[in-house]
Amino acid sequence: MRSHRKLLAWSVASLAVLGAVAVASAHLSPALAASPGPFAGGRLSLADLVFWFLAALAVAGAAGVALSRNILYTSLALLFSLLGVGGLYVYLSADFLAVAQVLIYIGGVLVLILFAVMLTSRIGDVNISNTSLGWAGGAIVTAVIGLLVVVVAVEVPWRARDVPLAPTTAQLGNGLLQGWLLPFELASLILLATMIGAIVIARKELKAD
Amino acid sequence: MEHPLNELGPIVVHQVSYLWLIPLFPALGALANSLFGIRLQRAFGKRAVHLIAIAMMVLSFSVAVRAFLELYALAPADRFLSQTLWRMLSAGQLSFDLGFALDPLSMMMVLIITFIGTLIHVFSIGYMADEPSYWRFFAYLNLFVFAMLLLVMGDNFAVMFFGWEGVGLASYLLISFWYTDVEKAKAGMKAFVVNRFGDFGFVLGLFLLFWSLGGVWEPRADVRSLNYHPEIGAGAVPGAANPFLAVGPRTTEGEHPVKLGPTLNFRELRDQVVIESTGVAEHLKNQHVWGFALMAVVGMLLFVGAMGKSAQLPLYVWLPDAMAGPTPVSALIHAATMVTAGVYMVARLSYLYALSPTAMGWVAAIGMLTAFFAATIGFFQYDIKKVLAYSTVSQLGFMFVGVGVGAFWAGSYHLLTHAFFKACLFLGSGSVILGCHHEQDMREMGGLKKHMPVTAWTYLIACWAIAGFPWASGFYSKDEILWKAFTARDLAFLGHTAPWLGPAIFVLGIVAATGTSFYMFRSYYMTFTGKYRGGAGHAEEHDEDPHSAHAAPHHATAAHPQDNIDPNGGHGAAHAKKDDHGHGVHGADAGHGHRHTPHESPLSITAVLVVLAAGAVLAGLLGVPAAWTHHEPILERWLAPSLPVETRFAEFPHSTELLFQGIGVAAAVVGWFFARLLFKDGRSAVPAELKKRFFGIWTVVYNKYYVDEGYQAIIVRPSLFLARFLFWFDQHVVDWLVNFAGWLGRLVANIDGAIDTYVVDGAVNAVAGITGEAGRALRRIETGRITTYLYGLTFGSLLVLLLNFLFR
Amino acid sequence: MLHVTLSHFLGVGAILFALGLYTVLTRRNAVAVLMGVELLLNAANVNLVAFNHYVATGIAGQTFALFVIVLAAAEAAVGLAIVLSIFHTFKTIDVRAADLMRE
Repeated sequence: MRSHRKLLAWSVASLAVLGAVAVASAHLSPALAASPGPFAGGRLSLADLVFWFLAALAVAGAAGVALSRNILYTSLALLFSLLGVGGLYVYLSADFLAVAQVLIYIGGVLVLILFAVMLTSRIGDVNISNTSLGWAGGAIVTAVIGLLVVVVAVEVPWRARDVPLAPTTAQLGNGLLQGWLLPFELASLILLATMIGAIVIARKELKAD
Repeated sequence: MEHPLNELGPIVVHQVSYLWLIPLFPALGALANSLFGIRLQRAFGKRAVHLIAIAMMVLSFSVAVRAFLELYALAPADRFLSQTLWRMLSAGQLSFDLGFALDPLSMMMVLIITFIGTLIHVFSIGYMADEPSYWRFFAYLNLFVFAMLLLVMGDNFAVMFFGWEGVGLASYLLISFWYTDVEKAKAGMKAFVVNRFGDFGFVLGLFLLFWSLGGVWEPRADVRSLNYHPEIGAGAVPGAANPFLAVGPRTTEGEHPVKLGPTLNFRELRDQVVIESTGVAEHLKNQHVWGFALMAVVGMLLFVGAMGKSAQLPLYVWLPDAMAGPTPVSALIHAATMVTAGVYMVARLSYLYALSPTAMGWVAAIGMLTAFFAATIGFFQYDIKKVLAYSTVSQLGFMFVGVGVGAFWAGSYHLLTHAFFKACLFLGSGSVILGCHHEQDMREMGGLKKHMPVTAWTYLIACWAIAGFPWASGFYSKDEILWKAFTARDLAFLGHTAPWLGPAIFVLGIVAATGTSFYMFRSYYMTFTGKYRGGAGHAEEHDEDPHSAHAAPHHATAAHPQDNIDPNGGHGAAHAKKDDHGHGVHGADAGHGHRHTPHESPLSITAVLVVLAAGAVLAGLLGVPAAWTHHEPILERWLAPSLPVETRFAEFPHSTELLFQGIGVAAAVVGWFFARLLFKDGRSAVPAELKKRFFGIWTVVYNKYYVDEGYQAIIVRPSLFLARFLFWFDQHVVDWLVNFAGWLGRLVANIDGAIDTYVVDGAVNAVAGITGEAGRALRRIETGRITTYLYGLTFGSLLVLLLNFLFR
Repeated sequence: MLHVTLSHFLGVGAILFALGLYTVLTRRNAVAVLMGVELLLNAANVNLVAFNHYVATGIAGQTFALFVIVLAAAEAAVGLAIVLSIFHTFKTIDVRAADLMRE
């Protein structure tokens, strides 16, 4: 029960924060005279807000995966995180990828994970590991790396261009069958191998029983 | 004494090829009997043993006689037979051969040894008849004769010394023949050890002589020590400018070469010293060692050897104890032959002694003191053999007086006569002891004249001889000695000329002669006259060592009429090789306690006694003094080539000499008279009275002036103490050191082991251990957990990133 | 600042990556670790696509991201098969349990 509340609290909190920020910025935007972007000029457009929402979703989900005590909550959080990421793909004019993300990741991988969860654990029996390097070590490492990367991401003057959003599916398809044909074929080979391998691994165990 | 005969030249040598046989035969006999004697005795009886031994002796005697005949046939100056077998040793200047030489002096000795030796071998047949170790006895006797022959026949000091030691050995073996008795074994040891002292002095003298022949001692200025200069040699070529030439064996030029330089050979030594032109005599006379004349020191040191071997003061103590041996041994070794080796040595080296009046005076003085001293002890002894032992010591003293005053031939003559009459006395006493069933105490004897007439007569004749009555040989020899002593003028005492020494010696000599006569006749009267006091059985505890009660139980039952062998009977020759019946008669041990009558001894014994007694008389013919016949005595003439020394004697008319002879006879008569008075028939109570009156003095003299006890305290006890101390030292110090060294070794080994175990192996193990520990530590990385690996991964990549950041 | 630029996307990617890393490092449940791996992959994908949109020409970024998705799926399948196998062996999917390869 407590974890429910926590999750709820988390989500509400992040949403609230973001919403507050968005509302505030919406009011404050005329004063900002922000640079013109692909989204609406000067003001925090709706697109930005949605971005923020999706980003929050992704991050909150990830946070849930990292910190949740219950494995099912972890899975659920992963679901939201994947959704968020999928949404973000749309903003990066990777429409096929967004769909593929939802279909494969959420529809396939996440289901698989849920299966595994169901099959393997006593639900509710999950904790933060307390190995020698416990959460403290992990937190330190994470913080350091995260900080590093964030700093890199923000500080480095990327030569970014503002490109209008456009569907890229056709381009992707063409690419897959022309320039990227070999990896495409190899990927299919890998999938085959994976299938067989997974069956073999799983099946062996069953046989041993 | 300083005038060697100018016309003397080197000795002319005649080489013969049979001299080696003379000592060889006894050696073979000794070898045969020692190796096979026991088997022969078991297989064929004792006859086989003594046949071998006596055969060897007779053969030896025959060869000696042949040598004598050959020697006699030569001209007096040429009498020198020589045979060299091989070179024994050659080392630098020292070299000597196994060589034999017979000149008149050694010929006389050889004849004495072989003749009397043979007689005593025959005597032993009867005497040792019941001895189980018969073969050992004869083996030792032959060994002794062999060694003695080496001694007198050796042509150099080395062979002589070999024989010297050999007779010492044989003496030891024979004295402690019945070694199971501790006292007898001790007596043998005593003889040997005391002889050793003498031999040490002898060897020192020999060394000194050898060195002095080839160099010169000079005192160093700073300390009282000596520097030896070998380069200042002795001897020079006649007419050479520089008298000091390099040392080394050289020869003089001329008709007969004389080898100069250090030598051990008697002939070469004599040639060097006696022939004046070599200059050796002068050289030797002028050398001084630590302030003393060299030749005096040499002479005295060599005489120390004679003191030991011939039982003079102070090394005479072994001779009375040597009576523990069987009587034939006492007769042969301690009367006739071995103890005369010292006299022989001095006579042989007469020319050396002649170079030093001090040495001669010393020899004469010691000799006379010994004679006197021993005579006094002999007064009160009860054991008949002890009396004879002290008599021997005393007579040896006379002999040394003879050679000491320069009458070398007289000393040698006394040696000859003494051999006969002392052997006769000893064998007579042996016969008596045998007849009285091993009784040696004269107090238990008496009246034996009836029972043992032959023994009694021969004993009497021998006493007549030793006392010095005319027409028995002792008279001639002893009177010659005393006369020469009186007239000697060139004696010196400790470096100072002492013309008074000669007459002083004469006076003491007369007293000693009186004493000799007294105690000898005392022994005769106590033993043979009166009533038989003994027969109480075995010789039990007396003051002296009894004849062994364990071995040789010559016992017979009461009546042995068949044992009184007719002394005129059959078998004549003392050289009888045929078996005599000595042994069969002595049957098993008869009972104790009842009186045994003494009986005459078997023929093998009595015949020998007769021969010796005859010899004691006939030997006098050899030395009839010039005062009687106006000729040189036969023996003096015979020995002259061997004794190339002219001593200066005072000249007196013959009448004076006759007077002194008379004094000598008077002394003998006085002694005889008192002996007869006090001891004939044992009736007189005077001896007992006198003994009671003067019991203190009597005790002291009876106990030999406590000399043995003195030696025990002064020499023996400290030696034993030293030996014990050294043993303690060896055990606790030396062994401690050795153990300590061992302990150190072990300690080092342990340390090394520890180093090896802990350091070396430790290092090796440490390497392994470190590797292991490192592995163990590093293995912890392999947790098997994914998480750990991921952490590692993350940290690693982070590190790489950071390093990239930092170093870009 | 509020206007969305490349940096925002990269920042999101960074945060996702950090959280994914944390998950991988500290979770005890093996399936949760796999979920963390998915997060990591997603973060990488976001980066790729963002760069493709804002910086690069062509479609390489998206292609790459597509392939990542494919392979992520494959890897998830196999990984979960392994997890199941481990579960059958050890009766638990605690990551600390499978340490038979330890020293």
